[in-house]
Amino acid sequence: MRRSLLFIPGNRPNMIQNGEVLPADALIFDLEDSVPAGDKDAARDLVAGALRALDFGSRECVVRINDLDTKEAKTDLDAMVRAGIHTIMVPKVRGAETIRSIASLLSDAEGAHGRQEGSTALIALLETAWGIENAMEVALASARVTGLALGGEDLSADLGCPRTKEGWEIFYSRARLVMAAKAAGMDALDTPFTDVHDFEGCERDALFARGLGFTGKLCISPFHLKAIHQAFAPSQEEIDRAAEVVRAMREGEKAGKGAVSLRGKMIDLPVVRQAERVLALAKAAGLLDDKELDHDPR
Amino acid sequence: MKLLKKARAGTLESGDIFVTVEPSDRLEITLESPVKEQYGEVILQTVHKLLDELGLESGLIVLSDQGALDCTIEARLTTALRRASDRGEDA
Amino acid sequence: MTRDDKIQDSLAQAIKDSGLRDGMTLSFHHHLRDGDRVQNLVLAECARQGLRNLTVNTSAVMACHRPILDHIKEGTVTGIECNYMHPAVGHAISRGALKKEVIFRSHGGRPAALERGETHIDVAFIAASAADRAGNCNGQGGRSAFGSIGYAMPDACHAGYVMVISDHLEDYPATPASIGEGLVDAVVIIDSIGDPGRIISGTTRVTRDPIGLLIAEYAAGALEASGLVRDGFSFQTGAGGASLAVARFLGEIMRKKGIGGGFASGGITGMLVDLFEEGLFHSLLDVQCFDGEAVRSMIDNERHREISASTYASPFAKSAVVDHLDLVILGATEIDTDFNVNVHTDSSGLIMGGSGGHSDTAAGARLAVIAAPLIRARLPLIVDRVGTISTPGRDVDLLVTQYGLACHPGKKELKDRLTAAGLPVRSIEALKEKAESIAGVPAARKEKGRPVARVTSRDGDLLDLIRQIS
Repeated sequence: MRRSLLFIPGNRPNMIQNGEVLPADALIFDLEDSVPAGDKDAARDLVAGALRALDFGSRECVVRINDLDTKEAKTDLDAMVRAGIHTIMVPKVRGAETIRSIASLLSDAEGAHGRQEGSTALIALLETAWGIENAMEVALASARVTGLALGGEDLSADLGCPRTKEGWEIFYSRARLVMAAKAAGMDALDTPFTDVHDFEGCERDALFARGLGFTGKLCISPFHLKAIHQAFAPSQEEIDRAAEVVRAMREGEKAGKGAVSLRGKMIDLPVVRQAERVLALAKAAGLLDDKELDHDPR
Repeated sequence: MKLLKKARAGTLESGDIFVTVEPSDRLEITLESPVKEQYGEVILQTVHKLLDELGLESGLIVLSDQGALDCTIEARLTTALRRASDRGEDA
Repeated sequence: MTRDDKIQDSLAQAIKDSGLRDGMTLSFHHHLRDGDRVQNLVLAECARQGLRNLTVNTSAVMACHRPILDHIKEGTVTGIECNYMHPAVGHAISRGALKKEVIFRSHGGRPAALERGETHIDVAFIAASAADRAGNCNGQGGRSAFGSIGYAMPDACHAGYVMVISDHLEDYPATPASIGEGLVDAVVIIDSIGDPGRIISGTTRVTRDPIGLLIAEYAAGALEASGLVRDGFSFQTGAGGASLAVARFLGEIMRKKGIGGGFASGGITGMLVDLFEEGLFHSLLDVQCFDGEAVRSMIDNERHREISASTYASPFAKSAVVDHLDLVILGATEIDTDFNVNVHTDSSGLIMGGSGGHSDTAAGARLAVIAAPLIRARLPLIVDRVGTISTPGRDVDLLVTQYGLACHPGKKELKDRLTAAGLPVRSIEALKEKAESIAGVPAARKEKGRPVARVTSRDGDLLDLIRQIS
């Protein structure tokens, strides 16, 4: 589940430790922008050590490595694969070439450290005009890519416009990213909300992103997690419809039917998957317990 | 591993440890920690284990601890030792 | 001095006239907190007059009272009785600065000891921010206002000689007469009783620490799940950032469910004043004002009432506020697997605090909740045995940490309710193991020396001894 992905500066041991309990769906340990140039090595050592020693439960652990153009990137990748990271977030992705290079380096690292090839996933952070325009080819560049994420601050800088709460300057980019992610069948992750103290603003921003089709949102402050989870919680109507689908599938299976229909329409696999996803979100938001599924409100 | 110059890593923030290392003809480890009574021995064990792994037999190592976990201590010491043994950039 | 005018020419003269002699007991209150000048002035004058072997009985020893250590060295002071001791003085006491054992009581136990005749105050020095020539005084008038003068009220009732010290003389009769003229022997007016900037700490703030907020959210959720948050319920919480956060989340729950609270009590902060003035609580029962908002509200609002320490928590009074209390949120430096709580000493055994109202409220409240981080700078909160028993485990119902909640074994219904509410309930042993898996198992405590302090329950029984650290 990736409703919220919380950035944790890789050079702050206290914040890394706190990551164990903060209720984010995924944690992004950052080796890039939140770490000063002189401490890239220190952050790498800290995060690798923490991944090995601390217990982050079943949550997805992501590391944002440094830009592929820097000398840090390769060392970052090697150290993180060795430490057992699940997912690498690649910053400033230009196009398919960036992804292919990273994928190749990952294969090398996985081989060197006894990890199954392909076991490390990728999230591509699109934060330049090139990246957004190439969104589709980035998504399809490697089977490792499981999500496209938007970096609104760097993007607006690249576009030469001020970054605003209304977000018109990134509107096209948001829509294009969602389109490519959906077409390629992966997560679409919105840019973080940057005003730490504006809880309502974050909720509005997250609801807007959800309305566009984003499946989750990057996050730079634990104070925003609640707002994001609320925004990405399904509505009662969505939950009821999803429960209907899942009930119909179960009844169909019990009756030994090969295909199931609901209200005259066939329920095919994508519909079932979406329904299961909605129910998982509902459960995580505390809106549903397993018993309710069997009870037909009609 | 051979130390070539003085180097440091870490900060004085709570949960962190500030490590300074420099070349010396003998091994000397100094530990300041608010939890010395409860974790002093464990901290020194962590330090010695890492030094053994890296094959470091001499050096002046000063540790200013603010309640760092073992994984943090290991990481900061690793960083400082690497910086001190690196011909290249400055600490 | 006459019956109409009790104003003394000077503090020195007043002390001479009070009959204070070697070996006697003086008392103070700590409502001026870290801005107090009075205790240091009085003790310095006692030293100048050659008085020796005095016992200081105060509600709390604060950091600004550090000069007491010099008075101990010179032999002016040889005994201390208090409800709380700041580490600035506490560490020295732990290292053996005082030959005689310090007596630690609680905010309720201190007046009870006076009421029972267990301890006697010869001269009470009561700092007041406003007083008249007959001794009517309060903490609300003047420029050094501190609000409630509750800790000093029992002193005024029981001391042999009562001296009011103020920096603001009002025309007779001063209003309100929190302490009435009928109890006062002498009045001294000095330049300044304290530093206003350090008496009142601006506004107390809700914590911004995400871990503190997470703990507070769990705690508020636990209060709601307990079923005790219902119309007319009563509540108390501490003044720390995380404790205030619980009050804020509780307010949100009350608003959402349309629940009207009865009273909120204890040390009062702006956060509780906000909830009260919004109408979420009917009354505030105030034994100590922690910030300027609380002082202002006490002056403005009739149902924000000043109460004495005896009314607040004395087990010897016919009844006390803590006996009516439903919910209390408390802190801890350590808690053991029997739920005994330590708020007196740190992990090295050094004195750094005291019960305050901890043991009183835990004993009186229907639900006593300890909210604290599982690990503080590597040190686990949960230990095999606490260094000092400040509050016995039988009075503690629930522990809330960022890693989960643990119920006292005797509270099965509470545990079921919390689990049903989806809160992360664990055994206290499991939480201890979790802490040790992260921080490592701490080395066993060193052997300690002779007792330097006794911790007494509000009934006067010995709870624990605190021993010297080398």
